[in-house]
Amino acid sequence: MSTFDVSGGRPPAAGRRRATGRSAAEAVPNRRNTELLMLLFAVAVPILGYANVGLAIDGTLPANILSYGLGLGVLAGVAHLAVRRFAPYADPLLLPLATLLNGLGLVMIWRLDKAGPLLRKNFPATTNQLMWSGLGIALFIGVMWLLKDHRILQRYTYISMVVALVLLAAPAFFPSQDENFGAKIWIRFGAFSIQPGEFAKIILTVFFAGFLMVKKDALALASRKFMGLYLPRGRDLGPIVVVWLLSILILVFETDLGSSFLFFGLFVVMLYVATERTSWIVFGLLMSFGGAAVVATSEPHVKTRINAWLDPMAAFGPNPPKQSSEQIGQTLMSLGSGGTVGTGLGQGRSWLIQFAAKSDFILGSFGEELGLTGLMAIFLVYGLVVQRGLRTALAARDPFGKLLAVGLSSAFALQVFVVAGGVTGLIPLTGMTMPFLAQGGSSVVANWALIAVLMKISDTARRPAAEPAAEPAPAIPEPAGPDRFGPPGYGTPGQSRGASS
Amino acid sequence: MSDLTLTVMRLGFLAVLWLFVIVAVQVIRSDLFNTKGAARTAPRSTAPAPAGAGRPPQGQGAPAAAAQQAQARQRRGQPTHLVVTQGSLAGTTVALQGQTITLGRAHDSTIVLDDDYASSRHARIYPDQAGQWTVEDLGSTNGTYLDRQRLTSPMPLQTGVPIRIGRTVIELRK
Repeated sequence: MSTFDVSGGRPPAAGRRRATGRSAAEAVPNRRNTELLMLLFAVAVPILGYANVGLAIDGTLPANILSYGLGLGVLAGVAHLAVRRFAPYADPLLLPLATLLNGLGLVMIWRLDKAGPLLRKNFPATTNQLMWSGLGIALFIGVMWLLKDHRILQRYTYISMVVALVLLAAPAFFPSQDENFGAKIWIRFGAFSIQPGEFAKIILTVFFAGFLMVKKDALALASRKFMGLYLPRGRDLGPIVVVWLLSILILVFETDLGSSFLFFGLFVVMLYVATERTSWIVFGLLMSFGGAAVVATSEPHVKTRINAWLDPMAAFGPNPPKQSSEQIGQTLMSLGSGGTVGTGLGQGRSWLIQFAAKSDFILGSFGEELGLTGLMAIFLVYGLVVQRGLRTALAARDPFGKLLAVGLSSAFALQVFVVAGGVTGLIPLTGMTMPFLAQGGSSVVANWALIAVLMKISDTARRPAAEPAAEPAPAIPEPAGPDRFGPPGYGTPGQSRGASS
Repeated sequence: MSDLTLTVMRLGFLAVLWLFVIVAVQVIRSDLFNTKGAARTAPRSTAPAPAGAGRPPQGQGAPAAAAQQAQARQRRGQPTHLVVTQGSLAGTTVALQGQTITLGRAHDSTIVLDDDYASSRHARIYPDQAGQWTVEDLGSTNGTYLDRQRLTSPMPLQTGVPIRIGRTVIELRK
C-alpha cells in the first residue's frame, strides 16, 4: 500500500487542479490557428472581389486596394486577437464567416457607389459602412471582454425585457420623416440615425431565454389535452399573448412588418425548443396568420407590400394599381439577368433596382453580379453561421446557454429568411437588412454583438471541464429550497420548501 | 480590360467563394472528429495526475516506469465518460479527466441540473485517493440514489451503475 493511502481523505486539491488545467490545455485543441487561417481566407475573398470590381469598371486595380485590404485585415486581426485573449476555446468558424459576409457587403456597396448618379439618391456609403464595421468589431471585442460568462445575462432577465420594450417603442415617439420609407424604426440624433430594433433583437432573446428557462416545465407539463393539442393553462399562456400583442402593436404603430414577424417567430421557436410541444408551433402559426391578416387589411403600407408580392409586375403595366410597388419586380429582373453564373462583379446593372439597391435589396445586386452560383454560396455561408450557433446550443451544458444560443441563431436565421424570401418574392417584402451584407450601421454593429455572444457561449461550451469552480466547499451544504429563480408558488410538490439540511 | 480576363475573374471569384464554403465545411468536419479524439486522449494524458497520488499496488518501492505502466493498464478499465441517461439533459456527456464533477442547480456546477428536485449543490463525483471514482451527496434535500439506494456517505462508483438525482439519471461509461 502506498503511503498516501492512509488518511482516506482527498488528495491535495491544488496539485490536482493544476495538473488537470495543464493537461486540458495540452489535450484539447482550441482551434485558434484554424480560425486564423480561415480569417486570412475570409479577408482575401473580398479583396479579390474588390480588385475584380476595379478591373471591370475602371480597367485598373483600384488605387486604394492596399488600404482597403489592410483595413479589413486589421479589423479581423484585432477581433481574432481578442478571441485568443478572451474566448480561447470559441468556435473557429463564426468569426471568419461573419468577416467574409461583412467584406462582401463592403465590396458591393463600393461597387454601387461607383455607379454614381445612375442609382437614384446615391451617396457614397463605403466609408461609413467601413466605420460602422469597425464600431461593430469594437463592440464585439467589448462583449468578449466584459461578458465574462454568458450566464451573467440570466440575472438581467426582466431588466432586459424592459430595455427591449423601451428600445422597440422609442421610434414611435420620434417624429416621422420623409426618408423613413414608410416604417418608423429609426431614432435620429442630428446627422445619424440608429435602428433600435436590431439591438432589441438580442436583448429580447436574453429575456426569452431567461424566462423560458424558469417557466418551461410549467409550460410543457401543466396542460390539458384538447383535440390532440396540449392547451397550456391561462396564466402560462399570458406571456405569449403579451408578446403577440406587442408584435402586433409594433406593426400597427411603426408599420414594421419584419421586426414583428422576427420577434414573434423567435418566441415561438424558443417556446418549441424549451417545451418540445408541437402545439406551440400550431398556435404560433395560427396567431401570426391571424395577426397578419388583420393588419394587412387595415394598414395601407402593409397592403402595398402584399399587393407587390401577389403581382410584382403589376407596377410596370400600362395602368399600375395605386397601392403597388415596382421594387420586387426590379429585383426579380436583376436576379434573372444574373442567370446561373452572373454578369461578373462590376459588370451588372444593379442600379436599375432604383430603390435601396445597397441596403434592403443588396441580395438582388449580388444575384445579378454573382448569379445563382454566388448567391447559393452566400446563403450557405449564412447557413453555416446558423449551424455553428445551433451546434453551440447542443454543446452548451447549461439550459440558459442552450436557449440563448438557439434564440440568437434562430433570430439570425429568421432575419435571413425574411429578407431573402421578401427579395425573391416568396413572402411579402419587409423592410429588414440582410445581416452583415446590407448597408446600415445598426445592423452591422448589432450582428457583430450577436456573434460575440454566440462565441462566448461556445467558448464556455467547448472549454475542457477544468473550471475553477469545480471544487465546491463540501462542508457547507447549500439550502435546497425551491427554485430560486422562479416566482413564489412555482415549485414542485415533492420539494420541501426552505429546508436546509 | 479584355473580355477574357474579366470572364476568368468572374468565374474565378465564384470558384474562390465556393472554395471558402467547402473549406469551412471541412473545418466543421474536422471539428466533429477532433473533439472525439480529444476526449479519448485526454484521460490518458491526465492519468498520472489523480492516480499518482497513490494507486500503484506494487508499492512505493516499484520503479516509476513500472508504476506508470500499471496505471496505464488500470486506466484501460477505468470509466472515461459521465453520461446523463435520463432527465432534461439526457445525452450530455462529460469527459472524465481526473477533475471533480459537481452536480446541482447552481450555475457554477460542472453539470447544471435543470431539475426541480435537485438542490443547488447536490452531489459531486470525484476520484478518491486511490483514483477510484466516488460519488458523494452534498447534503441535498431530496437525496442522491446510487442504484435505488440513498447515499449517506461517499460511495465508490462502478461503470454502468445509475446515479439518480431527481428526474436525472447519470452513469459512468468506459
